[in-house]
Amino acid sequence: MSKRLLLCLLLLIAAPLGARAQDGFEALAARLGGNFNQQAEAVERLGALGDPRAIPLLQALGDTRLLRLADGGVAVQDGPAPPEGAQVLRINNRVRAAIRGALGRLQLVSPDPGERRRAADAILRNRSADDIPLLEAALAREAVPAIRARMELALGGARLAASDPAAKRAGIAALGTSADPEARSLLLAARAANAELLAEIEAAVAAIDRRLALRRAAETVFQGLSLGSVLLLAALGLAVTFGVMGVINMAHGEFVMLGAYATVLVQEACRGVPALEPWSLPLALPAAFVLTAALGAAMERGLIRHLYGRPLETLLLTFGVGMILQQVVRLLFGAQNREVLSPAWMTGVLVLPGGVQVTQNRAWIIVFSLLVLLATLAAIRLTRFGLEMRAVVQNRRIAATMGIRTGRVDAMTFAFGSGIAGLAGVALSQIDNVSPNLGTGYIIDSFMVVVFGGVGSLAGTLIGAMTLGLVNKLLEPHAGAVLAKVAVLVGIMLFIQRRPKGLFALKGRAADQ
Amino acid sequence: MTLATRRALLGTALAVPFIRPSFAQAAPIRVGVLHSLSGTMAISETALRDTVLMMVEWQNSRGGLLGRRLEPVVVDPASNWPLFAEKARELLQVSRVDVTFGCWTSVSRKSVLPVFEELNGLLFYPVQYEGEEESRNIFYTGAAPNQQAIPAVEYLLSADGGDARRVALLGTDYVYPRTTNRILRGFLASKGIQGADVMEEYTPFGHSDWQGIVARVKRFASEGKKTAIVSTINGDANVPFYRELGNQGIKAEDIPSVAFSVGEEELAGIDTRPLVGHLAAWNYFMSVQSPANTEFLNMWRAYIRNPRRVTNDPMEATLIGFKMWAQAVTQARTTAVDPVRTALYGQKVAAPSGYEVEMHRNHHLSKPVMIGEVQADGQFNIVYRTPTAIPAENWSPFIPENANRRR
Repeated sequence: MSKRLLLCLLLLIAAPLGARAQDGFEALAARLGGNFNQQAEAVERLGALGDPRAIPLLQALGDTRLLRLADGGVAVQDGPAPPEGAQVLRINNRVRAAIRGALGRLQLVSPDPGERRRAADAILRNRSADDIPLLEAALAREAVPAIRARMELALGGARLAASDPAAKRAGIAALGTSADPEARSLLLAARAANAELLAEIEAAVAAIDRRLALRRAAETVFQGLSLGSVLLLAALGLAVTFGVMGVINMAHGEFVMLGAYATVLVQEACRGVPALEPWSLPLALPAAFVLTAALGAAMERGLIRHLYGRPLETLLLTFGVGMILQQVVRLLFGAQNREVLSPAWMTGVLVLPGGVQVTQNRAWIIVFSLLVLLATLAAIRLTRFGLEMRAVVQNRRIAATMGIRTGRVDAMTFAFGSGIAGLAGVALSQIDNVSPNLGTGYIIDSFMVVVFGGVGSLAGTLIGAMTLGLVNKLLEPHAGAVLAKVAVLVGIMLFIQRRPKGLFALKGRAADQ
Repeated sequence: MTLATRRALLGTALAVPFIRPSFAQAAPIRVGVLHSLSGTMAISETALRDTVLMMVEWQNSRGGLLGRRLEPVVVDPASNWPLFAEKARELLQVSRVDVTFGCWTSVSRKSVLPVFEELNGLLFYPVQYEGEEESRNIFYTGAAPNQQAIPAVEYLLSADGGDARRVALLGTDYVYPRTTNRILRGFLASKGIQGADVMEEYTPFGHSDWQGIVARVKRFASEGKKTAIVSTINGDANVPFYRELGNQGIKAEDIPSVAFSVGEEELAGIDTRPLVGHLAAWNYFMSVQSPANTEFLNMWRAYIRNPRRVTNDPMEATLIGFKMWAQAVTQARTTAVDPVRTALYGQKVAAPSGYEVEMHRNHHLSKPVMIGEVQADGQFNIVYRTPTAIPAENWSPFIPENANRRR
């Protein structure tokens, strides 16, 4: 028997219809091959039947691995492609919800704690009064406190669906002790059918709302910090090239974009090497840095140094370089977005203490942006290169007389700033489109952050980015995304009128201009 | 009869048999292609350029039209709306094209419309749009709202679609989403869903930070009624939007979303595994099983020679438009705009969607409506389709000031 194309042993012959109440496992399983209505009904009854043989079938149906065979039976696909004559069964959202509920009922006593937790959540979403005995039995055996809490919530939901008023009251009380939006939704949905319990329901909803309010405030702050960290990453490179050197680099956004494409290339190189795949993002960091830094150095030596002290020409020149880079990437990679996979440790939600939910990828980007900021600070404050850079910024002539090769320092500074832009590209590939236009969306914001924070000040860039992110996210729920952005721009315009040098004004070459 | 006329007549009489054998050298028919090849819309529009070029090659391989070769004239309006009008003028006046295929966004179409009307050009517009327009110089081969948006929302309200009783309308901030959502609000009100049960949010083009909005949708959904998202988000912004939906754990079984501007091409840039079950409404999906679609896919694969390139609804609409135009030219025996326009009315094409579509006198097609679920491989599984093709209502009954313009 070839193992590759081996079908699961389950070969279920369609049983004659009729005698529905006594339908056994085989008859119900065969009905999974019917239309969406028959599928949903069969799934629900399989869940109620409590036969564990249904679990692999339902899971396969949910993952579109269940086949309808030529003889009308169903079987789980085992090989990479369905065998001759068999057809993959498709489902819709209604069937998908039914599968989740049925699996919840079947897996509530599973030995795996993750499965039990998911099962409790699934039952809460597809609750019915029939689940009460099941849940009570499961609760009696459950030892893990976090899963107990979820089960109690599910039990509350099931009791709310019962017809007995005492059970309903117990259900409302159980749901009211949580801080779960799902529970709130259940309570509100129950209002219409339970006019006599309205006061209790309202009280329970109010209790949930109080707990949720704090959590939502924390989540808004997180969103603000997350937007701020994205702005910080995009602006840090500019804070070096524009802030320290005074070069208006309109191609900065394109360096960010190149960093993102470097990520795509590294990821494609890692594909198929299981040991490297999860680490393709960290591996992309040096690649992106080296690529953009080399390009930055070449651009500074080849073009920009001839235009020092002529900001308008520099602006036009770098704008042109940016367009060339964009079009080159479009020719090489196409105008379509490139897919960047997120490693498993960067997807999903991270639940912080207090139930605050933050998305993993954004949490990582906040950490990463602070690390890049620290690395930049360290490079400027602690290394010889940083010392020379500061010397050249403060007084180029005296620095030159001290034996510093100012031209080389200029090139390295510009390369350093460009390299940071490349690092930003690696991070942004996780939250934005990797397309040739990636950079254009960030260039304005980056300049805004640098000017607002104070040209030449890294601390200013940090505070500026975080302030803009927070203000934007605090305004957004009230004003909408478009107006919030407009309001932030107007605010910055007014602020720059009052303080043309931004939050933290510095002295140096940039300040003299 | 003056001498001059007689000479002219004589000349024609002599010239006709003289020219006929040398049709191969006759002036080619010029086909204008007005799609952005750079800028934000390049992601969507380059595939349409490729489709027109493929169709031109296909037609030439069958001996051209009226014995003349077809010659494409490609220009790049660079996602810049005023440039669309300039490039349209260039195509019509300098390149003297006989027909143009072009535009994606409504704002670009609105920009070229006066040019095509002034110079009596012929434009085929292949994208679903908000309706409320009917130009004698434009043929609309994409869907009108009643061929996409309204059936899709109707599906969400049905038992199979999840019985939604609360709807979040999310869109990009420009004319298409705003008009479509106005129509949808009217439609939802007619179904008893209004006031606090409808949420509407707009974002700029290319918006990438969706965390706040997705969190608000989650909150909106916790009010005790089944909630669905209707997305008119356009272009690049879709990728971060779906990524945020996936990351915040919004499953299609809980809050299904239906999109009107997300097709196979847009999904090519996303990891679709967290999105399985979210919906899109179109008149064609690449996964349709029909002989005409097999032919289309074979033609496309042979032309583009890149197994990663997919087909989508606007490409199908481009193909339909091209075939109809070719049939009308053959029937009218000329490429002149006025006879071709008359010949276009009533043209029928066996579309890759598996249905026969027809061009009506309102310059719109009758098309089938299909609703597909996103699959893990970036394709769509069709969960609903109308039994027949539906005629377009380009003047929506839900926009009171234009409703009386229907015919």
